[in-house]
Amino acid sequence: MAAALLWFAAGMAQAALPIQHWTAHSGARVYFVASRGLPMLDINVDFDAGGRRVPADRAGLGGLTHTLLRAGSAAHSEEEIGRRIADVGAQLGGNVDRDRSGLSLRTLSSERERTQALATFAEILQAPAFPEAAFAREKARLGDAVKEDETKPEAVASRAFYRLLYGAHPYALAPTPETVARIERADVEGFYRANYVAARAVVTIVGDADRALAERIAEQLTAGLPRAAGAPATLAPVTPPQSQTLRIAHPASQSHILLGLPALARGDPDYFPLLVGNYVLGGGGFVSRLYLEVREKRGYAYSVYSYFLPLAQEGPLQIGLQTRKEQAEEALALVRTVLDKFLAGGPSAAELKAAKQNLEGGFALRIDSNRKLLEQVALIGFYRLPLTWLDDFARQVEQVSVTEVRAAFARRVRPEHLVTVVVGSGEK
Amino acid sequence: MKNRMFRCMFALLAAVAASSAGAQTDVQERTLANGLRVIVKEDHRAPTAVHMVWYRAGSMDEVSGTSGVAHVLEHMMFKGTRTVKSGEFSRRIAAAGGRENAFTNRDYTAYFQQVPKAALPLMLRLEADRMSNLLVTKPEFSQEIKVVMEERRLRTDDQPRALVAEALNAEAYVAHPYRRPVIGWMNDLANMSYVDARNWYVRWYLPNNAFVVVVGDVKADEVFALAQKYYGAIKARPLPERKPQLEPEQRGVRRLVVKAPAELPYLLMGWKCPVLRDADKDWQPYALEVLTGVLDGNESARLNQSLVRDHRLASEVGAGYDTTARGPGMCFIEGTPSQGRSTAELEAGLRAELARLVRDGVGEDELARVKAQLVAAQVFKRDSIFGQAMEIGQFESAGLSYRDIDRVLDGLKAVSAEQVRAVAKQYFVDDQLSVGVLEPQPLDPARARPAPPAMGH
Repeated sequence: MAAALLWFAAGMAQAALPIQHWTAHSGARVYFVASRGLPMLDINVDFDAGGRRVPADRAGLGGLTHTLLRAGSAAHSEEEIGRRIADVGAQLGGNVDRDRSGLSLRTLSSERERTQALATFAEILQAPAFPEAAFAREKARLGDAVKEDETKPEAVASRAFYRLLYGAHPYALAPTPETVARIERADVEGFYRANYVAARAVVTIVGDADRALAERIAEQLTAGLPRAAGAPATLAPVTPPQSQTLRIAHPASQSHILLGLPALARGDPDYFPLLVGNYVLGGGGFVSRLYLEVREKRGYAYSVYSYFLPLAQEGPLQIGLQTRKEQAEEALALVRTVLDKFLAGGPSAAELKAAKQNLEGGFALRIDSNRKLLEQVALIGFYRLPLTWLDDFARQVEQVSVTEVRAAFARRVRPEHLVTVVVGSGEK
Repeated sequence: MKNRMFRCMFALLAAVAASSAGAQTDVQERTLANGLRVIVKEDHRAPTAVHMVWYRAGSMDEVSGTSGVAHVLEHMMFKGTRTVKSGEFSRRIAAAGGRENAFTNRDYTAYFQQVPKAALPLMLRLEADRMSNLLVTKPEFSQEIKVVMEERRLRTDDQPRALVAEALNAEAYVAHPYRRPVIGWMNDLANMSYVDARNWYVRWYLPNNAFVVVVGDVKADEVFALAQKYYGAIKARPLPERKPQLEPEQRGVRRLVVKAPAELPYLLMGWKCPVLRDADKDWQPYALEVLTGVLDGNESARLNQSLVRDHRLASEVGAGYDTTARGPGMCFIEGTPSQGRSTAELEAGLRAELARLVRDGVGEDELARVKAQLVAAQVFKRDSIFGQAMEIGQFESAGLSYRDIDRVLDGLKAVSAEQVRAVAKQYFVDDQLSVGVLEPQPLDPARARPAPPAMGH
């Protein structure tokens, strides 16, 4: 069988990950890793067009615009676009979060398949027609989905959590039936023109291509994007919330509990101490303190976790669990005890060692497929992390000390800002 | 966070690609003297490996009163052996840089670790240890059963659509054990004892009822030597008799309603369909899989095009069918009506689509599109060693061989438009159909819901 030409970083911090980086003529930033073991290509194009760019009274506009990109172009109907992708066995994907709006394409690298898939992908990105009928349909579908979400305890909890965390900041936004109802087709077109611009696009290419082909692809996908009218609006800083607990009634048998606060931006030097510390607190699968105390010792929950979600501005620390309503208050008190104890004492030397063993030893598992590599490199590109970020990962983890973990948590996780949401509580 | 997971029985979005494969010439196998089969696929793209142990013991091997015990035992497998104390298994894997989990389904229970390749010997040693030395104690059980009940609340009791799927199974199967949910009925969980779990372990966790799959940057001969060293000493024992428990013939459509807090109604339709038993001779499962692809396998598939885009009857629609299973098969269609539309209207629309397919057949272009997806998926799947190991395990656990993976691909490529029409006509019939409907209830029962309009807009 064909083996990959590419392998790097086999647990060794010195091995260089060959990320090639350049700027396309359009102004789009391009990141490319050749991986020629399989005749396939993965491409991701991210825009600074996530939820934070949406006006508060039109929440949902970002997701709706993203959905409608593939609903027809100047040259092809929605149905034709679907067929042109499917006929060559290609797969379209995409994701919208608070910062990013991304579209991805997976295709065979053989010429016929690649050519048709890329031509169609280029149309989706650069010539969306936003047909009236598709707009009406997708707006109705989004409205339905939002109403459905408002009945689900996990969705209710998450929305309330972000609302408390971020207040007036756009990270707080989530679509409601009212904001969706307000969206007009012209809003979609305007949002596309203002935000899906070449200068704020990041193209990531992983797979069976040489540099020349990768350059042609980047030009093809971005040359026809809208031009930026200026720099994007500067967003207000994140203001830490006052500590509070919100209880929302729900008929579910379990309470859904979330705790956290705005904590960490991408590129922040506290990233590694928080990553290592969080492994001990609630990130490390079946070995974290939260897992052991909440699940193993007391059987309170099936799922209990904590994670930091670094964003362009301070993204949250989120701690979560679901537990039978009748014991929700005991479980919540236990989580607080575990967190407070960790904040006071930090990890033990043995815990720190175990965290490093897993994070360093398991590094290869973060990039052992083209798809995983694409995700990692796209992150590096969008957030302008150093190109050596993956190469340096193990060394950065290794350097973290108990003192640094404690100091980073003390700086970033201050109980006076800690917000708690309990959905499925308070009703009789 | 996906902790020890429990795979949903209704992989409704599984596309055609899900159970097809590429050249298996690079797969090697050995059978140890105790009956344990070891299947190895070398893949040297990255310095990692996946190790899986599959036991042919799933919820279909359970009996009434102890439903869910296969899955409960899966949880107990992390609770210690004579030499590895509770939680130590996970700590060692984590310290080796590994990730691990397990999953229980109707047909099997499987355990896996994804590791840097140097850690592979430790994985075999630890898995072999818990194959024969597990301790199932009362104190550990009484804590863990609470976790499993929380899991049931999370995944089923508070998920209206999962409740519909669970009820549909119980309705569609009268005698076959597929009628019981993998997670188990809550009352069975509440009354389960550690002895039930221990008995399950003693009965089924045997080398002659298991197989090992290793995929990744390994040398097959080295894996076989490790397997002999760690698994080779485990004694085989006779397995309990497995009764066929065949489902009697269904004689007419079955319908059920579930009421639960939700906004939108939901429709789930399941038709009894054959599954693959002989990869060379059977053709109907291939035609059913291609049919599923025509309905819901790609960007321009029929159900989405017709019901979501053209007629706006549904806000979501999907089709699913698993080609392989130990037990009987079922073809599913599910959907959410658009605002103002009813499940009855959506069902009528779905039936019209099926009738059109039976009347007019499928176009050669649609068939070619589904096959193009299949061919591409052969390449794409090789990007993931985990996916490749899963595919081998699924085939083997269903009583087929990894060698059949290529035969299935050939069989799918050979399906004709007429065969697709023929299976649609034969199997998508009312006498084989069960229909489940979710009737949404207000979250606050005090607030009455306005009646939906009788006609759509």
